[in-house]
Amino acid sequence: MIGLEHYLTVAAALFVIGIFGLFLNRKNVIILLMSIELMLLAVNINLVAFSAYLGDLVGQVFTLFVLTVAAAEAAIGLAILVCFFRNRGTIDVEDINVMKG
Amino acid sequence: MTSADFSVILPEITLALLAMLGLIVAVYTGKDRLAPVILWATAAVLVLLAGWIGLSGGETRTAFGGMFVDDAFARFAKVTLLLAAAAVLLMSEEYMARRDLLRFEYPLLVALASVGMMVMVSAGDLIAMYMGLELQSLALYVVASLRRESPKSTEAGLKYFVLGSLSSGLLLYGASLTYGFAGTTEFEGIVRAVSAGDNIPLGLLFGLVFVSAGVAFKVSAAPFHMWTPDVYEGSPTPVTAFFATAPKVAAMAMFARILHDAFGGVVGDWQQIVALLAVASMFLGAIAAIGQTNIKRLMAYSSINHMGFALMGLAGGGAFGVQAMLVYMAIYVVMNVGTFAFILSMEKDGQPVTDIKALNMYSRTEPLKALAVMVLMFSMAGVPPLVGFFGKFYVLRAAVDAGLGWLAVLGVIASVIAAFYYLRIIFYMYFGEEGDGLDRSSSPVLWGMLMVSAAMMVFGVVNLFGIEGPAAAAAATLVD
Repeated sequence: MIGLEHYLTVAAALFVIGIFGLFLNRKNVIILLMSIELMLLAVNINLVAFSAYLGDLVGQVFTLFVLTVAAAEAAIGLAILVCFFRNRGTIDVEDINVMKG
Repeated sequence: MTSADFSVILPEITLALLAMLGLIVAVYTGKDRLAPVILWATAAVLVLLAGWIGLSGGETRTAFGGMFVDDAFARFAKVTLLLAAAAVLLMSEEYMARRDLLRFEYPLLVALASVGMMVMVSAGDLIAMYMGLELQSLALYVVASLRRESPKSTEAGLKYFVLGSLSSGLLLYGASLTYGFAGTTEFEGIVRAVSAGDNIPLGLLFGLVFVSAGVAFKVSAAPFHMWTPDVYEGSPTPVTAFFATAPKVAAMAMFARILHDAFGGVVGDWQQIVALLAVASMFLGAIAAIGQTNIKRLMAYSSINHMGFALMGLAGGGAFGVQAMLVYMAIYVVMNVGTFAFILSMEKDGQPVTDIKALNMYSRTEPLKALAVMVLMFSMAGVPPLVGFFGKFYVLRAAVDAGLGWLAVLGVIASVIAAFYYLRIIFYMYFGEEGDGLDRSSSPVLWGMLMVSAAMMVFGVVNLFGIEGPAAAAAATLVD
């Protein structure tokens, strides 16, 4: 029987993979966007699992909001990325270095 | 029922509708030729809304089943952030117009970000909080990269976007855990679940930690501050001024609301987290700024340092801590508006400069402005006769009252270290080397903002312009 803890474990694993993707990735900004998306989807799994477990619909409503916001966020991220590419001609993570910080 | 709900969020709805109306009008008519008109109109609307919210008063009202709370605390934060946004818009106009940056989207995005911030400070539910936070953040990502053809500005936007999304993800993960273990997203229900047993359930503790980490990113508290210097440096200066003021107030107010409304039952648990954030921010902001020569980066570290002090007030817990935090943030915003009015006017041969060496012997070319900047810098450092000192005094007292004497001692040490780089700016202005200094600028708006802000730092000593009373009332509605 697959219970709540299995879903939570998967979600936690995906979330951690997303965070590691952000910090360990040295190649490409697109992968950063994918990692961010992975984190948000892990949260969605959490929310839906809790919602089913509790028998409470609020979690699924929250999920729909998160999905909508994630779509808007991806659109804005890609728009900024296009501007960046026009200026620099590259989207390598290592080239995001005009300012040191 | 519904009409009563809508009457509570009328200011937010009004601002959102006007912003969308402005977008449509601008797109179908003059495009960027209309930008100055839209900018002034937006600033006027923001000021009017601040007046409306500030004067409306009354008791706490909730809407949409507790999702949205309109209380004295939210009103205090809203008035502060709306006035800050309006002031920054007015300062931006001339700078942006001369650099061909004045697009009509800018004031409208600031207005939409303000709507998001107003929802953030009024949120009574995790969903409303998240939506407000994202509305604010998405607008801010875009304004950070407003100068599309500049590598620096787009890089700032990209960095802000990636790290901001990471923080939203952390906050959301915390929100999902909180929802799961409390069984509800409403703050009222969460606080009941939190204080039900002897100890806070482990799942809720994890939720609290993740939510705190996410919000700490937004207020740029160390160790989640790494985006701040780069974003401050890369963004166009008026945008930096905006980042340094209104969103900080909103995020800090939201933090206070989460901690007290949702996790009010376990003050002892989050007090440690907040105290740790406060110490790290104060020291990092004080020490890392010493090596900076770019005044925008310097202001970034300065704001990290100030956030540490505001968090110290919050760490005190209780109504007085919240009051101290609100007073500190209000003072911080006024000081920053004045300082950025000065930074916006720093030019050499018509080009903006950000190197603090350019301030050499500034007192000789413009003695009055140099005097005003000196007042602001002393106030930021917390030198006694000025208003900035009273902000620091408030948060230190909140920490001592809460039995966190060690935190107050560390705060005093950090503020002494931080005084070094504020004093260095004054040193350059009055005793620096000879050299070709800055242009004499003549923007009346910037001049006025700088002078008003400096004057407030001096004359506010009398009674802090009476903000203590409203701040105390605001804190009382949050912490009962």
